[in-house]
Amino acid sequence: MIHKYTLNGFHIVLDTNSGAVHIFDDAPYDMLDYLEDEVPQQAPKQMMDDLGKKYDKATLDEAYNELKELYENGQLYSEDGYHNFSAMLKEAPVKSMCLNVAHDCNLRCEYCFAAKGDFGCGRKLMPLEVGKKAIDFLIEHSKGRRNLELDFFGGEPLMNFQVVKEIVEYARSQEEKHNKKFRFTMTTNGLLLTDDVIEYLNKEMYNVVLSLDGRKEINDMLRVHADGSGCYDAIVPKYQKLIATRGDKDYYVRGTFTKHNLDFAKDAVHMAELGFDQVSVEPVVSDPKLPYSLQEEDLPAAFAEYENLANILIDRKKKGEGFNFFHFMIDLDQGPCAIKRLRGCGCGNEYVCITPEGDIYPCHQFVGEEKWKMGNIMEDTFNIPMKQEFALTNVYSKEDCKDCWAKFYCSGGCAANSWQYEGDILKSHKLSCDLEKKRLECAIMMKAAMAETNI
Amino acid sequence: MKQIKTLNQANLKQSAVKGGCGECQASCQSACKTSCTVANQKCENENNQ
Repeated sequence: MIHKYTLNGFHIVLDTNSGAVHIFDDAPYDMLDYLEDEVPQQAPKQMMDDLGKKYDKATLDEAYNELKELYENGQLYSEDGYHNFSAMLKEAPVKSMCLNVAHDCNLRCEYCFAAKGDFGCGRKLMPLEVGKKAIDFLIEHSKGRRNLELDFFGGEPLMNFQVVKEIVEYARSQEEKHNKKFRFTMTTNGLLLTDDVIEYLNKEMYNVVLSLDGRKEINDMLRVHADGSGCYDAIVPKYQKLIATRGDKDYYVRGTFTKHNLDFAKDAVHMAELGFDQVSVEPVVSDPKLPYSLQEEDLPAAFAEYENLANILIDRKKKGEGFNFFHFMIDLDQGPCAIKRLRGCGCGNEYVCITPEGDIYPCHQFVGEEKWKMGNIMEDTFNIPMKQEFALTNVYSKEDCKDCWAKFYCSGGCAANSWQYEGDILKSHKLSCDLEKKRLECAIMMKAAMAETNI
Repeated sequence: MKQIKTLNQANLKQSAVKGGCGECQASCQSACKTSCTVANQKCENENNQ
């Protein structure tokens, strides 16, 4: 399977199964219209006759020989041999956890998938006892894995900061005994950041995700306090202070774009101009009936804006003013292995979410969906058949993914989106797929542009 | 090659043979939380470094 497209003057050809990415001149690119799943030894007569009107024979012969060379080297129309690895897709150790330490929030963001902080389950903070038990659960269920990840999430996790600190202290005390290494991360709205909190997060958190939607008027439209006022002015100086002392540890300033800011490249650039060089701006995923939701009709504008942002990033990079945009990050040589790409995000299998009550869900976006409750850590219950169901949810069990060129990049997409908007974890959420494919096309084009200028 | 330029090593198939150690980060633990992109995670297999 291949995917071919032209963007910014580059004819780009991606060979899905090998991961090879090529830039084609016009003649070999035109030849692909006459080929299907192989490059025969003998060039098809119809192709040579038709293209003979456009190119000279020497050019066509050379082009066809190059196509044959790629084919013989397994870099074009390469076979899908990944079914051999299906045995590796079974139930895996749990090594990653989203710990919802606060089902409460000091903001009331309109688009919040957590129902403005409490996931529709009532406002509650996680007791320390539950947090410690979550650490024990992760250690117990992660046999064979050393690196464990724990994201403090909510709601707003800093509303329960003392418990966060005590959970970290407890986890650290268990590392040596169990030969584990905890990587803590936190996703915060920033309101409760103080100098002391910043110092703590920069010491203990491997990554921090700082929520900000971009320009003040955009951020303050939906990221609001209970009284409806925006939070931009309160959080931006705090983020700048945090980043100034962050050192080389990871962070992202992360926003959401909606129908209201389909010109979201301006928001990404605004964040860069505030001094943030690690930026993520993601499409809102919400009920299509809501006024800010992205719909099919918004896709052309969103696609054009991704292209616009890609071009801005190329220009800035050439001038030494580049910044990292999370969704355009792609390493064509040293990215994750094929097994990881087959497994996907790992939700419900390698990754779980724990609520303040100790309930286990496949991920943070399933919280409150009673059907998908996997058990409770305080009651020592854990639904293994459901875990197996998630382990088998991958690009080969999802009908729409099997024949999709992007399957080894998104790895089947978000199971929660599939459930919420398609009613089945084995279906694909088309809007998300379309946006993902566009982002990939842009990210690969940027690689081509950078290769051309040797940056 | 003159008319085709290949940008990468195309090693996805080889990566399957040595891969699957499971030590890399879950994608939703990095920056997304709402939209899944697995291919931008770093490989953390010590045997591949």
